[in-house]
Amino acid sequence: MRLLKRFKVGFSVAIMTGVVLFAVAPLLLPDWIIYVLTMALAKGMVAFGVALVLRGGLISFGHGLYYAAGAYAAAFAVNRWNIRESLILIPLCVLTGAALAALAGMFLKRYRGIFFALLSLAFSMILYTLLFKFYDVTGGTDGMHIPSVKILGIQPAAEGFFYIYHYYLTLILMIGVLYIGWRFISSPLGYLMQAVHDNEIRVEYMGASVERSIYLTYVFSGALGGLGGGLVALAVKHVSPEFAYWTASADFVFVAILGGTGSVFAPFLGSIVFEFVKNYAFKFSPNTWQMTLGGILLLIIFFLPQGLWSLAKTIKRKEMQ
Amino acid sequence: MDIVGIIVLDSVVFASWLFLVSAGITFIFGVLHILNVAHGSIFALGAYMGAWLAAWFLGGQYPVWLSFPLLVVGAILVAVTVGPLIERVFLKRIYQEEEAIPLLTTFALFLILEDVIKLVWGIEPRFVNAPFSIMGQVRLFGISYAGYPFLLVCISIFCAVILWLVINRTLFGRQLISVIGDREISSAMGINVPRIDTFAFTLGSFLAALGGAFTAPMISVEPGMGIEVIVLAFAVVAIGGLGSIGGAAIGCLLVGFARVAAVQFYPELELFVIYTLMVLVLIFRPHGFFGGIEVRRI
Repeated sequence: MRLLKRFKVGFSVAIMTGVVLFAVAPLLLPDWIIYVLTMALAKGMVAFGVALVLRGGLISFGHGLYYAAGAYAAAFAVNRWNIRESLILIPLCVLTGAALAALAGMFLKRYRGIFFALLSLAFSMILYTLLFKFYDVTGGTDGMHIPSVKILGIQPAAEGFFYIYHYYLTLILMIGVLYIGWRFISSPLGYLMQAVHDNEIRVEYMGASVERSIYLTYVFSGALGGLGGGLVALAVKHVSPEFAYWTASADFVFVAILGGTGSVFAPFLGSIVFEFVKNYAFKFSPNTWQMTLGGILLLIIFFLPQGLWSLAKTIKRKEMQ
Repeated sequence: MDIVGIIVLDSVVFASWLFLVSAGITFIFGVLHILNVAHGSIFALGAYMGAWLAAWFLGGQYPVWLSFPLLVVGAILVAVTVGPLIERVFLKRIYQEEEAIPLLTTFALFLILEDVIKLVWGIEPRFVNAPFSIMGQVRLFGISYAGYPFLLVCISIFCAVILWLVINRTLFGRQLISVIGDREISSAMGINVPRIDTFAFTLGSFLAALGGAFTAPMISVEPGMGIEVIVLAFAVVAIGGLGSIGGAAIGCLLVGFARVAAVQFYPELELFVIYTLMVLVLIFRPHGFFGGIEVRRI
């Protein structure tokens, strides 16, 4: 009991330290690292959505759909309707992601295994072809530019400030996502997803609806995809059809597996590692960065099937002993 | 009248190209139950190997038609080196895992192979169009058409026939069907199941490499060509039914026709129709046209 208490105290201390470290990061680290960190946290939200579905044993090989939808929703709102306020744009992205997931989920909830992966891939590729080919509306392969937006009505004075502002916005939203995600995972619905993975028929016999669990989780993960896409679009200030391409979706599954599905923190850890490895690998060997990523993925699959987060868990367990 | 002829010809040509690319995927899935993302890279490897061999060969003063057997040799080289390597080293460890793991393992291999190609052959595009030009033009239904695509159609049909014969008329084919039906019982009956797995994967890879090698003279061979191909092939095999070669053929014809018709009448929808077709088929026939739940899948 005492041990558990000490563990819980240790856990809250760890979280607090983490929050403080992330909060003071812009004071200590160079701008480009903050930028990469913003991207990592935003993409981590999408990967978190993928991980939630993955907990039910389902591979969403098309989460680029919600990622792109969120990004383009922001781009359209800024460019067409001249909405320049992040606090309006972000909910719009979330809603777009959730609404699309609510539509696609109606079909996807009946699918399992490779068919779930293929159908979600097909949905995302449909959006990709639309974004890619309808040049007049979406800008085609050129994509669309997004000018700097306001945050809480404040227009950052200099370009550099915008990234800091946006980083804090992303950080606050991530903390929100962590809390909601944690509540979601520890809710009956969250446990049901794990049960669906273990034995679907037993879940039905217990009187719970498998399809309903999958559907609700999927809509939630779509909302996270829209949120991440919107944040990335506002940070990059540019959207392009590649957001919806299958390689983008595969990257999110990659990150979800890299981090692991055991904890709400795992996808964010995976995302941060992924972004930095990608950046450094690209910097040091522009022609072999994909190989580096592929090699890491193989190592994770064969030697650390529970993801990077399981390393943290092992350390924790050792401390408790 | 002309437009109908063009649509028919284009569809047939595009469909046979698609068949070369996707038959291997559906074959490998039928035997190993792995959706092989790295197939696109093996296709690209075949194209590079073919382009490289042909360019090297045509540098000497040899007749151009001799480069065709060389393309086949290139494909064989790629298949016998990469196929067993991937299957023996990586895939055999993950047959028991759930779907996410094989999909991601082959995705990792895809990432690695993409860079291997860049390391070996550099990043400049390559053009080898002598085999294309030597075939000249043919006139069909009053339409002038390049001759090379018809070679592709012949190869595609030839591959389909050979594949059918191998599966249905050889000892290997019977063992294959047995392994597809039940791996454990096959093993108990004395079939060397791991060897069948390796052979099947290599054969599937050979089809991809062959498709790549014979595509090389028609296009500029450049990095990233496998990325587009693989997702098209996924659409085809999902429409035809995973694991069914006949299904893949039907899928190719459907996708080929849909794309060519869209190009003629409403070019913006060129790719849209393919994936919409994929969604519709998956919604109304989740297992595709021929991917029944029965045990014998090939």
